[in-house]
Amino acid sequence: MSTGSPKTLFDKIWADHLVKQRDDGTSLLYIDKHLVHEVTSPQAFEGLKISNRSVRRPAATVAVADHNVPTINRENIEDEQSRIQVQTLSNNTKEHGIEYFELSDRRQGIVHIIGPEQGITQPGMTMVCGDSHTSTHGAFGALAFGIGTSEVEHVLATQTIVQKPAKNMRISVNGALPFGVTSKDLILYIIGQIGTAGGNGHVIEYAGSSVQSLSMEARMTICNMSIEAGARAGLISPDQTTFDYLKGRPYAPTEEHWAKALDYWTNLPSDTDAHYDKELVINSLEIDPMVTWGTSPEDVVSVQGIVPDPSSAKTENKKKSIERSLEYMGLKSGTKITDIKLDKIFIGSCTNGRIEDLRNVAAIVKNKKLADHVEGMIVPGSGLVKKQAEEEGLDIILKEAGFDWREAGCSMCLGMNPDQLKPEERCASTSNRNFEGRQGRGGRTHLMSPELAAASAIKGSIADIREFK
Amino acid sequence: MDKFITLKGVAAPLPIVNIDTDMIIPKQFLKTIKRTGLGISLFYEMRYDHQGQAIKSFILNTDPFNHSKILVAGDNFGCGSSREHAPWSLKDFGISCIISTSFADIFYNNCFQNGILPIVVSPENSKKLMSLASNQKEFEIDLPSQKIIVDRETINFEIEEYRKKRLLEGLDDISMTMNYEQSITDYEYIQKKNKPWLFKDIK
Repeated sequence: MSTGSPKTLFDKIWADHLVKQRDDGTSLLYIDKHLVHEVTSPQAFEGLKISNRSVRRPAATVAVADHNVPTINRENIEDEQSRIQVQTLSNNTKEHGIEYFELSDRRQGIVHIIGPEQGITQPGMTMVCGDSHTSTHGAFGALAFGIGTSEVEHVLATQTIVQKPAKNMRISVNGALPFGVTSKDLILYIIGQIGTAGGNGHVIEYAGSSVQSLSMEARMTICNMSIEAGARAGLISPDQTTFDYLKGRPYAPTEEHWAKALDYWTNLPSDTDAHYDKELVINSLEIDPMVTWGTSPEDVVSVQGIVPDPSSAKTENKKKSIERSLEYMGLKSGTKITDIKLDKIFIGSCTNGRIEDLRNVAAIVKNKKLADHVEGMIVPGSGLVKKQAEEEGLDIILKEAGFDWREAGCSMCLGMNPDQLKPEERCASTSNRNFEGRQGRGGRTHLMSPELAAASAIKGSIADIREFK
Repeated sequence: MDKFITLKGVAAPLPIVNIDTDMIIPKQFLKTIKRTGLGISLFYEMRYDHQGQAIKSFILNTDPFNHSKILVAGDNFGCGSSREHAPWSLKDFGISCIISTSFADIFYNNCFQNGILPIVVSPENSKKLMSLASNQKEFEIDLPSQKIIVDRETINFEIEEYRKKRLLEGLDDISMTMNYEQSITDYEYIQKKNKPWLFKDIK
């Protein structure tokens, strides 16, 4: 693998999964692990049935229901369509012999939380899922990307996908992260710098001492939002932190193969002098706690900033876009971010629904109360995250502060289940998208880190964690 | 899959940047287990008010654009979620060609799985086409010659050869890949030796 010209991590994974280079310039790439959920798979299974095809390698697929599931009273899903969709996934997985984590299974949770948690996600793998946030798994040095339902069907039938290689982009962040600045702030800052189309056609590799010093969970937050920068996937070279995280997890290589796997993983990081089509270097001291003010993840400013003025836009399109966002968000130019009053707090999602996130929130709200006018909801990323939090007594702290403590799922990140914002309700959210209507029609989303969301819940308006006591 | 060869008709202008897949088809319509019937919900929140009544000023609710087969949209069309419900809803509405300065990767890919042609044009041409669309000029899209013809003006566009071929012939990816079954099996056999921990189910 280390022969020839210097290669990036992406180049190495690509080369190692190439089944066939076809005459038309496309490649057939082998997929090691396919994650399936209830929303983007029914039509794929239906397609297999219509064409009388079978699932080629059921053991390479794991399924779970997450998008649609209620976070309370889930024994019987009230919404008929949601219930049918979840039941359809259960039926399809049984029919094809695919492993399925039932709703009643402690391991159920958001597909991108449970992959890493179970040790399903491993360095050097190719992984796909009918969900754009599949990029999360890149934190392990796995090439992981979201696909459409037709491609889900293709992977089920052939265990491969038709691709052309992406371009390589490296974003290096150097230096220790300043107090109050988390990996969420780092990725929001990056999206603000390069824009939501900045990574189009590229796989972004995150490097540098700031990134290397982060825990696996913090790395996952960064890779998760690569898609918000337009990149197909995010990648971080695997290292000792990665290997330590994986060891002993249920689906990780067992003792029998551990040494061989470790040897393979150790050779994956990008070679020195490898070529990148685009490079960006960031000094960690540039980064403040970040908050979105608009309806695109690139609409981001420092928590110490103000709501922008459309007339300051460089292009006519951008000006129109700011005006549209401000109207939707019900904000005036020049308003201080820390003066924005909130109605709801949502803590959860595949971006920030892991145990470290909940610990950080609990540490901030301990012995404090949510502001009177604020409602807060915490949705752990998986049943096991919930169990862990309860074993540590975090649920008590969070409930005493006034948060609702829910069952695992995607919940208000996209509001497919009953957890939604009402029109004009303003929410501090640890999720990944602030699109119009994303969390409920007319709902207004401000993306931020769990730390900022926690402090804001107590203050009742957006808070700067660095000034919070 | 449906073929795409040529297309003629008025094009609906939608000069908004970063139109995401949540705007194209909101979450409540993702609960379906079918591919069809989504056209009526396309651009739901821009197209209908809170009571579900059509908003008359929205472009796709006005004649003749309510029959548009072509959409001219702002930069970075289709960003966000991977939901194929987005191209399904466009197609079900009747739109099978989208023109923009750029598309998000997954959406772009999903279009070709559904017989939809996404065309990338320069910002200058986008501006020109947006204005011609607003003036209800008839657009002619010719995939074989890679041309947009409107109001005696011709704009050439680029498309990767393999994508063009698939649209022109309506080819199905899965049956094409099935021809490589032996290569896939050979790959698995070799990789089981290299990475035994990943191929325990393969004998």
